[in-house]
Amino acid sequence: MNAVLAVIRRDLLLAARKKSEVLTALFFFVIVTSLFPLGIGPEPVLLKKIAPGVLWVAALLATMLGLNRLFATDHVDGTLEQMVLSPTPLGLLVSGKIAAHWLLSGLPLVLLAPVLGLQFDLDGGALGVLIVALLLGTPLLSLIGAIGAALTLGLRGGGVLLSLLVLPLYVPALIFGAGAVEAHISGLGAGGHLSLLAALLALAVFFAPWATTAALRIALE
Amino acid sequence: MLSAHGLTCVRGERRLFAGLDFEVGPGEWLHVQGENGAGKTSLLRMLVGLMAVAAGEIRWGGEPVRTLAEDYHRELLFLGHHGAVKEELTALENLQLSSALDGDELAEREALAALHRFGLKGREELPVRFLSAGQKRRVLLARLVTKKARLWVLDEPFTALDVKAVAMLSALIGEHLAGGGMAVLTSHQAMPIAGGKALQL
Repeated sequence: MNAVLAVIRRDLLLAARKKSEVLTALFFFVIVTSLFPLGIGPEPVLLKKIAPGVLWVAALLATMLGLNRLFATDHVDGTLEQMVLSPTPLGLLVSGKIAAHWLLSGLPLVLLAPVLGLQFDLDGGALGVLIVALLLGTPLLSLIGAIGAALTLGLRGGGVLLSLLVLPLYVPALIFGAGAVEAHISGLGAGGHLSLLAALLALAVFFAPWATTAALRIALE
Repeated sequence: MLSAHGLTCVRGERRLFAGLDFEVGPGEWLHVQGENGAGKTSLLRMLVGLMAVAAGEIRWGGEPVRTLAEDYHRELLFLGHHGAVKEELTALENLQLSSALDGDELAEREALAALHRFGLKGREELPVRFLSAGQKRRVLLARLVTKKARLWVLDEPFTALDVKAVAMLSALIGEHLAGGGMAVLTSHQAMPIAGGKALQL
């Protein structure tokens, strides 16, 4: 467990020294979501309708931005080899890396989303559902993204391939995440969507580190 | 004791070596020699389990290392070409986090002592980015002092080191062997360390 915390601490420390990488993704999220109200104009009904979709798509793309660097630097400088040779199982260390990725790229999005949601005239209840949906959905994005990042590790042009590989897999998260907010606004209740999102997350927490580990071992051969 | 039986390495279509047998017992070290591209690094990566063995078997204390897995890793220290040293972190942070990755808690005092031993006094709190190539190597090699491992597998440990550091590292390897440790290393230099066996690839 010590080793897993060390992996998380190291990644957070590295991010604190290289702030630009984290901030770029955040600014991207803020700017993309702010462009829609500016482009469409002050039409509250329309904005309210598109808000969940816009926020979720922006969150997906913002998560994608830093994904190809998730394992790349560790691969280049030999840290990944040391992780394989650690007495702690690689799957746990990989879970630590994924957790650090969520803390750096997912959690800030969750915290920013309600502020950005105000631009779309979302009310308090809808914002609450948005936060819960993102809290369940963004770890899912990190977990699925890690599989893609491990599979494309060391490939030339891996960044583009990564998007092609991962974005289709993000579709369920997008549908249920955005659907939860829409369902709440239309009065249907968000429970069903959120439950499905939680189920997906539980499944991913179990399988994604395992799949990522297998892919990393192949990349290291 | 580390032993290899009929080890074969295939890279792509080429067979680098085949039917390799050797043993390294306590207090002994293996000097892997060969031309560039002879498969020295591949052999080392096989020994630590980073590369699949095409044929043959590697045993640690009589047990195949594949079945030992994490128990083997606890006894092992592998330092490869790349440092696993993070440029943005300081020498001290690098050393402490590497230890933590091995599941050990490394006190700051011990980490500092290891760095001082490698002549990095006054550089402990500097991001590694600002150090020279030789100093970066020293930060990496400081792990030899901080990790208690019985088997050292070192790939070109003398690269980029100055004369003083080479002598210091040789002495350190000598101490490790005297304490019943084992080492496998590649180097193009001759090394004045007792108990060595040569393996020509």
